[in-house]
Amino acid sequence: MSAASSAFGVYLHVPFCSVRCGYCDFNTYTATELGGGASQMSYARTAVTEIALAEAELQRRGLAGREVSTVFFGGGTPTLLPTADLAAMLGAVASTWGLARDAEITTEANPDSVGRSDLADLRAAGFTRVSFGMQSAVPHVLATLDRTHDPERVPQVVAWAREAGLAVSLDLIYGTPGESVEDWRRSVQAVLALEPDHVSAYALTIEPGTKMHARVRRGDLPGVDGDDQATKYEVADTLLEQAGYGWYEISNWARSPEQRCRHNIAYWSSEDWWGVGPGAHSHLAGQRFWNVKHPRAYAQRVEAGELPIAETESLTSEQIADERVLLGIRLVEGLPVDPAVRHLLPAMVEEDLLDAVPAASGVARLTRRGRLLADTVVGRLVS
Amino acid sequence: MPLIPSDSAQADRIAPAATAPELLRNFCIIAHIDHGKSTLADRMLQLTGVVDARQMRAQYLDRMDIERERGITIKSQAVRMPWGVREGGVEGGAVLPYALNMIDTPGHVDFTYEVSRSLAACEGAVLLVDAAQGIEAQTLANLYLAMENDLTIIPVLNKIDLPAAQPEKYAEELANLIGGDPEDCLKVSGKTGEGVEALLDRIVRDVPPPVGDPDAPSRAMIFDSVYDVYRGVVTYVRVIDGHLKPRERILMLSTRGTHELLEIGVSSPEPTSTAGLGVGEVGYLITGVKDVRQSRVGDTVTNAQKPASVALAGYADPKPMVFSGLYPIDGSDYPVLREALDKLQLNDAALTYEPETSVALGFGFRCGFLGLLHLEIVRERLEREFNLDLISTAPNVIYDVTMEDGKEVVVTNPSEFPAGKISTVSEPLVKATLLTPSDYVGTIMELCQGRRGTLQGMDYLSEDRVELRYTLPLAEIIFDFFDQLKSRTRGYATLDYELTGEATADLVKVDILLQGEPVDAFSAIVHRDKAYAYGVMMTEKLKELIPRQQFEVPIQAAIGARIIARETIRAMRKDVLAKCYGGDISRKRKLLEKQKEGKKRMKNIGRVEVPQEAFVAALSSDAAGGKESPKR
Repeated sequence: MSAASSAFGVYLHVPFCSVRCGYCDFNTYTATELGGGASQMSYARTAVTEIALAEAELQRRGLAGREVSTVFFGGGTPTLLPTADLAAMLGAVASTWGLARDAEITTEANPDSVGRSDLADLRAAGFTRVSFGMQSAVPHVLATLDRTHDPERVPQVVAWAREAGLAVSLDLIYGTPGESVEDWRRSVQAVLALEPDHVSAYALTIEPGTKMHARVRRGDLPGVDGDDQATKYEVADTLLEQAGYGWYEISNWARSPEQRCRHNIAYWSSEDWWGVGPGAHSHLAGQRFWNVKHPRAYAQRVEAGELPIAETESLTSEQIADERVLLGIRLVEGLPVDPAVRHLLPAMVEEDLLDAVPAASGVARLTRRGRLLADTVVGRLVS
Repeated sequence: MPLIPSDSAQADRIAPAATAPELLRNFCIIAHIDHGKSTLADRMLQLTGVVDARQMRAQYLDRMDIERERGITIKSQAVRMPWGVREGGVEGGAVLPYALNMIDTPGHVDFTYEVSRSLAACEGAVLLVDAAQGIEAQTLANLYLAMENDLTIIPVLNKIDLPAAQPEKYAEELANLIGGDPEDCLKVSGKTGEGVEALLDRIVRDVPPPVGDPDAPSRAMIFDSVYDVYRGVVTYVRVIDGHLKPRERILMLSTRGTHELLEIGVSSPEPTSTAGLGVGEVGYLITGVKDVRQSRVGDTVTNAQKPASVALAGYADPKPMVFSGLYPIDGSDYPVLREALDKLQLNDAALTYEPETSVALGFGFRCGFLGLLHLEIVRERLEREFNLDLISTAPNVIYDVTMEDGKEVVVTNPSEFPAGKISTVSEPLVKATLLTPSDYVGTIMELCQGRRGTLQGMDYLSEDRVELRYTLPLAEIIFDFFDQLKSRTRGYATLDYELTGEATADLVKVDILLQGEPVDAFSAIVHRDKAYAYGVMMTEKLKELIPRQQFEVPIQAAIGARIIARETIRAMRKDVLAKCYGGDISRKRKLLEKQKEGKKRMKNIGRVEVPQEAFVAALSSDAAGGKESPKR
């Protein structure tokens, strides 16, 4: 792979939240969990230092000199940091690596953690896109998810973002315990009413170790139900399609191909990216590596002038081939399959897992049913 | 002080091959599994000086690890012990030397035939009963066997050192069973050694010496045959007539095999070669054969040049009664399993096996066993000694099926059950003896009736202990009967059974179908009245165990073409994981790698993918039935 020709992305992880939601198993911390707010204040400086260390590493490997095509600030809640901090981190990316002229620069935000001026400042700092963690429009569902924002605030922040000139994406979660199909329909319709450029809808997964997992285990909450989630996916996909949003990845829809999240697509296309911040994952020239998880350990390593990498994986050719299928199948373009498994496609067309037309030319593209059963499809294509 | 003949003149009088029959005593110990037989035998070995305290390991005679751990004896052995008794039983009388042969009997229901041969090698039996528990069903069955063989019975209560011992109560019970006075019942403690000397004296006094014709053509009965890696088959015999000498050629009357006697000797307890064995003596033979089938329990050994014309009575071919498919959980272990069975068979004349293929379980072997314990022992040895992980199908018995056209089919596997018009099906029956505290009579009757049993009789052994006699289909006993009996009687009831013939019954084969495809491992031959219950049980169980597919999967139970029970596994609608945890692709890929690994262990039944664990779970939960292993 030639270094200059492929996209290069940067992910910046902001590991802070004002409260931890019961379902969340991401690497994030509240002020109390960290036992003191100092690191939150110095976080941007540490991240900027990692960017410098990363550049040294890229040079050492002969991979330097690649313009950044996408930047994504995720968390946690990036907007818990002062906008100036976010701008400083983005500035370090730009000055270190250079930003492509049409670079896509996104930050996640909670509806209740940004105000009108913050959004304007973000745009001024170079951000092009904001992704709001709306999750649901239904108060009792938001309560079960421990989301603190008032659903009424979402239209407000969307309007401000648009006023500032930012593209808007809204994130939803479906399948929350206690959420009815009608509740879900309401949430999707609420999203459509706001006419965002982009929508993500994720099935709730209750991971071991989360508060919600414990509540389900105790019997305080019903668990998630795959059939219910399938129904809700179908509801969402139908409503979104009717409103002119096309799916381009299993959990993502956009109004036009230009409005797809390129950073997201890069993950599924096995492009290279550097992940900055505690627990952030990177992919570079056939290697995956990830940083130490805890912000304090992370800061210590970086401040000592070391890359904070916890583990590195050099992918075997079999692993690369498996990943190509596992990730590529999720995209609307479909996956050109290995000739050795091409004979499997007609049966999957028959089972309404794959679209017939692309299958005829050896491309596996998921049907709606196939998207819900993507693991089955992958299982057959890699065995 | 124990009286061990020590001076050489006395020792010469009881030297092997030179002992007058009047100085021999051959006896065995009849006892329930954990009533202390091995501990008592250990004390005898110590008291008679054949094993000193330093060499003593607990339960010296139980050789196999499994025996030692489970506290049961599978294979018997014979030990020769010297013992002296004062003439006339008076102080200062001359010491008369005797040679005692203790023949250890296997202690379980599956080995009744072996027990009968061991008993046939003795003139007396020590009836050993735990003074805290009283007699148990197996002991009773073996006692009856000994009485049928006209053995002199010496009743002994063991474990009198236990606080819970009730020697008076159980002495009464024993006296009722064998006749005689409760006072005649000896009281010993194998643990402390108390009363053991008196027992040895009593054996000399009461057990008759063997009688035989020293000048007749030699005849010796094989009562055990054991494969030894270094020496080949070691055959244990009791000489009835004539004598056997090293280097002579011998003939086995049933197999007509001739062999050279490479070594002849006695165990005391380590094998010691001797100048031969004479009338009434017990010892071992080594001929260099490598397979216990060439040296069969019950067969008659004679001199090949001057053979006896009449074989000793009582020989029978070992006949497997219970069958089960054994499959390696890891298919690549199949050759290891084959080799392991080959090796075990060298030492186990009753084990049979032939290759079998199952859609659900892959390649394995259909194995025949004497009974459930035998099955369990074989399986455990395969797992332990050969490091195999195995799954066994639900055990079944032999059925004789007669077709309407008169054709007969022998069925040892449900898959062989014929599909055409069946006239009759007959199945083996057993005569079962159950001993129980009287409180549990009702629950046992309920259990036996539910298992198609017929009450044959009931006796009170004492005020609160009852003997129930039932005729039951063997098939009903091998499926979950012991466990049920134990749980319903809080472990107090004991069971013994022996085959008693065959009877026809309304038996049908129930198949289990996944999406219309039969799953061979779950087919079962059951009574028509129980077919529905079996069908419901299996379909429900499989519904829980088989993961959802992306299409609906019916699970049906059927007799022939008729569906008797049905469950449906609903189609799976979603399996995709939506999120990508902050670019953590490695985690996703690892899940896929796990899925790929799991796929290798998937079996396809038609289009349905079933993880092998589901089959294993469906077969192991309660299918493995009876486990009469006391020390679990």
